[in-house]
Amino acid sequence: MSHFLDMLFGRLGWDALPFWTMLQDHSTLSIINGVIATAAASMVVIGALVTFGLITWFGKWRLLWSDWLTSVDHKKIGIMFIVISVVMLARAVIEASFMRAQQAVGLDGGFLTVDHFGQFFTTHGTIMVFFMAMPFLTGLINYVMPLQIGARDLSFPVMNSISLGLTAAGAAIVMISLMFAPFSTGGWSGYPPFTELAYSPDAGVDYWIWAVTLSTLSSTLSGINFAVTIYKKRSPGMHLFRMPLFCWVSLCTAILMIFGMPPLTVATALLALDRYLDFHFFTTDLGGNMMNYVNLFWAFGHPEVYILILPAFGTFSEVFSTFSGKRLYGYNTLVIATMAIAVLSFTVWLHHFFTMGQSAHVNAAFGIATMLIGIPTGVKVYDWMLTMYRGRIRMSVPLVYALGFIVLFVLGGLTGIVLANPSVDYQVHNSLFLVAHFHNMLIPGTLFGMLAGTNFWFPKAFGFRLDERWGYRAAYSWIIGFMLAFFPLYALGLLGMPRRTVTFFEPAYLPWTIAAGCGVIFILFGGFSLCVQLWRSIRERHLNRVPVGDPWDGRSLEWSISAPPPEYNYPVIPQIYSRDAFMREKDEGTPYQRPDRYQDIEMPANSAMGVVIAATGFLMAFGLTWYMWWLVIASGVVALVAIILRGFVRNTSRIISAREVQETHERWLDIVNHTPGVSRAQEQTTANRGRALPPINGASQ
Amino acid sequence: MDVSELTPVKAQRRSFREARIGKLVCISALLLATSVIAGCTNDHISFLNPQGPIAEAQRNHYWIIVAVVMIVVLPVIILTPVIVWRYRYGGNATYRPKWSFSWTIDILIWGIPFVIVAVLSFFLWSATTALDPYKPLSSTKQPLRVQVVGMDWKWLFIYPDQGIATVNRLVFPANRPVAFELTSATVMQSFFIPALGSQIDAMNRMVTRLHLIADKPGSFQGKNMQYNGKGFYKQRFTALAVNDDAFNAFVKSAREVGRPLNQKQYEVLARPSTGDEAAKALGASWVGGAIRFSQVPNGLFSTIAQGPSIDWDALDNASSVNRNASASAMRNEHAMAARDNDKVPARNGEIAQ
Repeated sequence: MSHFLDMLFGRLGWDALPFWTMLQDHSTLSIINGVIATAAASMVVIGALVTFGLITWFGKWRLLWSDWLTSVDHKKIGIMFIVISVVMLARAVIEASFMRAQQAVGLDGGFLTVDHFGQFFTTHGTIMVFFMAMPFLTGLINYVMPLQIGARDLSFPVMNSISLGLTAAGAAIVMISLMFAPFSTGGWSGYPPFTELAYSPDAGVDYWIWAVTLSTLSSTLSGINFAVTIYKKRSPGMHLFRMPLFCWVSLCTAILMIFGMPPLTVATALLALDRYLDFHFFTTDLGGNMMNYVNLFWAFGHPEVYILILPAFGTFSEVFSTFSGKRLYGYNTLVIATMAIAVLSFTVWLHHFFTMGQSAHVNAAFGIATMLIGIPTGVKVYDWMLTMYRGRIRMSVPLVYALGFIVLFVLGGLTGIVLANPSVDYQVHNSLFLVAHFHNMLIPGTLFGMLAGTNFWFPKAFGFRLDERWGYRAAYSWIIGFMLAFFPLYALGLLGMPRRTVTFFEPAYLPWTIAAGCGVIFILFGGFSLCVQLWRSIRERHLNRVPVGDPWDGRSLEWSISAPPPEYNYPVIPQIYSRDAFMREKDEGTPYQRPDRYQDIEMPANSAMGVVIAATGFLMAFGLTWYMWWLVIASGVVALVAIILRGFVRNTSRIISAREVQETHERWLDIVNHTPGVSRAQEQTTANRGRALPPINGASQ
Repeated sequence: MDVSELTPVKAQRRSFREARIGKLVCISALLLATSVIAGCTNDHISFLNPQGPIAEAQRNHYWIIVAVVMIVVLPVIILTPVIVWRYRYGGNATYRPKWSFSWTIDILIWGIPFVIVAVLSFFLWSATTALDPYKPLSSTKQPLRVQVVGMDWKWLFIYPDQGIATVNRLVFPANRPVAFELTSATVMQSFFIPALGSQIDAMNRMVTRLHLIADKPGSFQGKNMQYNGKGFYKQRFTALAVNDDAFNAFVKSAREVGRPLNQKQYEVLARPSTGDEAAKALGASWVGGAIRFSQVPNGLFSTIAQGPSIDWDALDNASSVNRNASASAMRNEHAMAARDNDKVPARNGEIAQ
């Protein structure tokens, strides 16, 4: 019997429950940490139960299945990616608050145990990179890029659904680790030999390995999908150099994903071989060498940095030019700068470990290469300023994020140049200075970019504007909160405080950690404001509808169709004659034309492959983590059979008849014709129905 | 005189209270006197208040970078609000919605950052080569050799020329270069004395190097910067620069009151434990937050650097107190120099043979 149970549950035992330690050890510290862990696990369970309950109560399972889970529509997949990322963002921000709270009272003590703190910083980093930022930007590119190039879907819609499934499975693995603890304490970078079996024998590192592996596979597939789509599916006349800048950054991001993600998949696979099959790639004995891991990790890690930041650059480019009512300054320059960043990002990985004892010349060469990236990045910042120069700048929520970004990001650039100098890096490496630097790039950069993008494209996706009042509150809270929470970390880093330290003994650190703790309060208010913004927007959606689809006097193609767009995006594939294609039509007074004739549209049919891969991927990862071999084999077989069966599916597409397309389109054109245009002064009022008023007043060319 | 003033770190002070004092008080008092004379009741914790030429150069380089990069950063911070206000919607400033390029401006926005990076690259190259941690420091005095072994979660300092060792306390003469060789008996760690200069990684089966010097006697905080588990936050040590007499007294006291570092002691030490826990396990005194060893087998460091299993029988236990340069370390040095075929010290890629 016990043998059977061992086989069934592997090494999963009672001690995996988050409250188990608390029951054994009644010390105050243990009980506090047990309560925190149990509360977190309960929130996951309650969240899941409430979601299931509500769906059942409203009888939406069928709708969820056919309209969302099995849908291969790039727009729906994009939205689902973003939903995952927002849920994960909430968890990781809460974890960050705990860490800041711990350090605010951390002089010679605090309330978190070392292991618990270790899990906090590991899950926080892993989630923010792999399950917040990556799904967010993948979702955004998924939604926007095909619309901008005039495509009907990505090149490989089912693969897109599988990408989503893999990310969802990875995110679920991270979430279930709250119920069956522990997670790794090896940090988001998981450096061996600390993450080897000899030093981290429990299931934590295995959770980390499989979550990250699922995520990197997902991103590699997404990268291939995006790149092929951009190469092959642009509408006629959409030359590469007529694409909106967001498409260019999508292309660069896709290339970085294709070449940047596999090194990490390989690194985690080798680490898994070490841990499961007694290999010795990175162990301390028998010829293992951890430096191979470090090189592989950063061969992924540095391109990853630009995967995270480039989509934000693209979003800000759109936001600056749209809300300045002006062409983007230096389009060619921006394209060259983006490409330069993408290429250079593969040449600088060594700056993540200057302290490993390379020769001074090697360090110096990589340091200079790193500073070189600062040039195109700096050029971009000035290009955005010049985009606003001689424009008509309309304050809006996306623009507030963009302005916060531009001012804060250059400070991050400054500290990036500091870190690029090996001699100074020797002082601030592994310190909170480094932590402050990359948060300075990723919060004003990536996160503000994603939030600006959400505010910008939300009306397109859902047909109504987001509430501006709470939007502003959220944006300002994030900006102030960021400054308060992370500028003190620069000071702490200069004072020599290591990252990932639970407690400190230097009274000189205390004022700074308290200040950083206060910053978190603003950030939490920012998160709260985002929730209220969404809630109010949904409640007042009838007032803020923009059915015509062009609420911001947009410039690129996606604004020329209805909001939300039809499943096939464009009733007739548009012909492109220039950059800012839709703005040109508006300038010439020829938007919203009635096409001469309609054709049947062939769209990809729904597929359950994404769901199957998500479920089997999750179960396989869970089985591997806890050594439940029967589960690994069973889920592997199911996945394999599903993949083979997919090869026999004959009906992979469905036809939408020309008549249906015509009816839908003409109904919308009627709405367009009956909707009065509004001037930009009324942009944020209920008068804005998504039709912009031409021409632009006061323009002198 | 309260000896506990030697240990400004609270945790160490607490563990000191538990420690046995015995006959070490008077010798420790000598050390205490030197640190009090040096005016250091607090450790120096940061390179912003440098205590050696390397940290000072790093601080200066830091401020140079900040100043130079400000040439690009300040215009953004100042001009962005100006532009947003001047070209606001509803304002009367010029509006040219189709203007999108100017060669003059483009040359400026590419050219200026390029020049700045060129200037910074010059500083970078010279500072990186000048402050290379592997580069021996020029001094009239022969450097003191110290072999550092990173352990979970403490630092073992072996003085091969003196034949002694300490845990979590590094004592060295001020104004004399210290040549460190580093390795790890366990996972990767990063050895760092901020007030003196660079950090460097200590990795298993590899030897890295570091050279530091202190301007004057003083007490400096040292720590591990690379997370390595439960005791990470306690893996700190005091680096104490003292005058030559005090250093000699320290060596003498270690030889007199320390215990020999033999297999049994090492195996207890190598278990995951913080410094004070290890002292307790060893039954060693923990005076001033340090364990002392009177004898160290020759070649212990290079054996540790070769991998986790140590053949104690092969170690040269007989002549454990070797007042001259340790023979095996010399061999090691020669071997590396021969391999490199020039004077450049061995690099990390060099896995210990």
